[in-house]
Amino acid sequence: MTQRPQRSRRPRRAGTAIAASAAAVLVALTAACAPGSGGDAGNAKAPSSVSTDISKAGDVTLTVWDQEVRGGQNEQIEALNAAFQKKYPNVTIKRTSKEFTDLKTTLRLALSGQNPPDVVQANQGYGDMGAFVKAGMLVPLNKYADAYKWRDRYPKTLLALNSFTPDGKTFGSGELYGLSQAGEMVGVYYNKEKLSELGIQQPKTWADFEAALRKAKDAGELPIAFGNSDGFPAIHEYGVLQAQTAGKDAVRKLVFGQGGAWTDAPNTQAATTLKTWNDKGFLTKDANGVSYDDSWQDFADGEGVFVIAGTWLVPEFEKRGMGDKIGFMLPPPAQAGAASATTGGEGLPFAVTSKSKHPDVAAAYLNFLTSPEAMDVLVDNDVLPAVTPASKRPGGGLPGEVYAAWEASAKSDGLVPYLDYTTPSFYDTLSAELQRLLGGNASPEQVMQAAQKDYDDFTS
Amino acid sequence: MSATTGPRPDEESAARATTATASVREAARPSGARPPGAPRRIGYLYVLPALLVYAAFLLWPLLHGAWISLYAWDGLSVGTFVGLANYVEVFTDEELRASLGHALFLVLFYAVLPCLIGFVLVAAMSRARVRGLTFFRTVLFLPQVVAMVAVAVIWKWIYAADGPLNAVLGLVGLDRAWLGDFTFALPAIGLIGTWVEIGLVMVLFMAGVQKIPMELYDAARVDGAGPVREFLTVTLPGLRRELSVALTLTTVAALRNFDLVWNTTGGGPGTNTRVPAYQVYNQAFSEGEVGLACAIGLVIAAGVFAFNVGLTRLVEGRR
Repeated sequence: MTQRPQRSRRPRRAGTAIAASAAAVLVALTAACAPGSGGDAGNAKAPSSVSTDISKAGDVTLTVWDQEVRGGQNEQIEALNAAFQKKYPNVTIKRTSKEFTDLKTTLRLALSGQNPPDVVQANQGYGDMGAFVKAGMLVPLNKYADAYKWRDRYPKTLLALNSFTPDGKTFGSGELYGLSQAGEMVGVYYNKEKLSELGIQQPKTWADFEAALRKAKDAGELPIAFGNSDGFPAIHEYGVLQAQTAGKDAVRKLVFGQGGAWTDAPNTQAATTLKTWNDKGFLTKDANGVSYDDSWQDFADGEGVFVIAGTWLVPEFEKRGMGDKIGFMLPPPAQAGAASATTGGEGLPFAVTSKSKHPDVAAAYLNFLTSPEAMDVLVDNDVLPAVTPASKRPGGGLPGEVYAAWEASAKSDGLVPYLDYTTPSFYDTLSAELQRLLGGNASPEQVMQAAQKDYDDFTS
Repeated sequence: MSATTGPRPDEESAARATTATASVREAARPSGARPPGAPRRIGYLYVLPALLVYAAFLLWPLLHGAWISLYAWDGLSVGTFVGLANYVEVFTDEELRASLGHALFLVLFYAVLPCLIGFVLVAAMSRARVRGLTFFRTVLFLPQVVAMVAVAVIWKWIYAADGPLNAVLGLVGLDRAWLGDFTFALPAIGLIGTWVEIGLVMVLFMAGVQKIPMELYDAARVDGAGPVREFLTVTLPGLRRELSVALTLTTVAALRNFDLVWNTTGGGPGTNTRVPAYQVYNQAFSEGEVGLACAIGLVIAAGVFAFNVGLTRLVEGRR
């Protein structure tokens, strides 16, 4: 208490000292090294020799991080893990499952640590897989692909989605870095009862589809249930429209950075159509304020004739007992009977980490999870299999229709990649810009210019 | 930033009294013995345990963040030194600058508005005895206790296109998708902040008002002061310290806002509700720009720090 008059000066002196020492530490750190150089960087070299016979690999514990936490997904993985350990008694699988965002945020730290898991599920695109490849943290799998004949198992498009050049800079070509189990794509769900009430046949051409939307609107129905507060639904909606106007080859080139511009006329045309649909009331009013989950739940409750959404909603509709009342189709082509193009891809790929001591065993595990026999297990658990199952096919009803659409699309090579794969920030840019478009705050041209700017910033 | 360390009139007289007794004691002490607590440096030993924890979990990460902010780093591969380029980007990138603006806009709703409302309520209460004060205090404070995620879910429902707010406003044709509207999304989030912070402000102000001697009010009334005059000369000066605490806490809450935005609008529509804390998360985990994320984080921290220093000087008159 007696020191009171001096108190005010004291902390200031201490403050200067702290600031000075902080600056000193900072300088020392800066001079010493750059972030990321501390731990030994991953060794991304392709294995010199690969072995597919792992029964003689000795006792191995394989650590796996996946994000297959939901009902059927979780059950199929557990069944397959058990089967793998039964087939190879010398291998023990230590599984950690995390929810998608949890895995995404912890994987970076785990992979840069000293003891990463052997097998991880790494999201496609520049932001995750590309960054891991660039940092040399994943094992290139081309040699295993030859040994296990994975190129015969998968359509080319699906392998491209899990491929990168070894510098992590070009997506869609180069080395294979992972394998996916499940397929997914965006299509058109329709309410069968409403269609027959309105006297509309299932649209066979794009013109039929637009006519159906108008007829539904005139009859006082909501043509397309659409909620866009999450941002991504408009990307899927736009993707379907763009696949129609620009065609699959142009979109693939654009996304994989092989040519074309977002400001090209067909891409702008797709944005204009989306805006027109919104202005005409074909989409839910004020969609930017409605959540995705609310929109499909309303659709399941009978609000809206169509919904443009992904196959991942099938289990949700089934769970609500709507499997017989809802149909699924590919976005109709311009000419009846022609091949459809739509946004689609596959689930998160399983990849092998460079620091794994057992790449052969890990590759065998990947092979096992994606074998035609494993696909039977996926079908049993209502998960859409990415490759043709050995013996089983999804039964009738909604899962059957979805699988038929998936097969047709695979046969005609009709999938175009998700647009947000274009650059690491593309999801952010496009979702925000399309919200502006729907809110009347940006023109189709402005949206496409912003998309192109993002693309230019990334490639420059 | 404790607001209660400054000298107060009553404390100062107490201090003087202590000084007197201390010097009496000192005279009585045999020579050579140290006064209690000496040497002064021994004080650092007392704070050492807390300081170690503070240094390990706050100072070190802060320094580490400052270091990373000087690099272009994706969090995985080796970073490249870029000097202050990340900081330049924080202030020149249109979107990042806009999000700083959004944060300042939210301060109006998180800090200024609750304090104004708090003053009106407190002024009214200082003139009349309110029945069931404890009850009202509890109700007003409740939003502070509820987890922010729950708050977000509740308000998302209230603001929903077919929610209760629109049901009422729809009667006069004023309904809209509040959180999806380019003009109203940010104010709508701000009002949630007002609702949350008002309880905190009220509890602080009520406690402060109860400390003001009734004699001052009586004197003011005898001198013929009306409600406004009374508030300005008695209540407001008496609440200075509480106002400082309230403004500090609510402004910090506004500037670091993440959970509310993330759970109501996710930064949309467009980029209209993106705030700096959202950008930190987005840059670090979605776009792999860890260096830039650290720079944004440090700018928020520096902003909060500068604001608090300014506030303490302004409101408490401390130098």
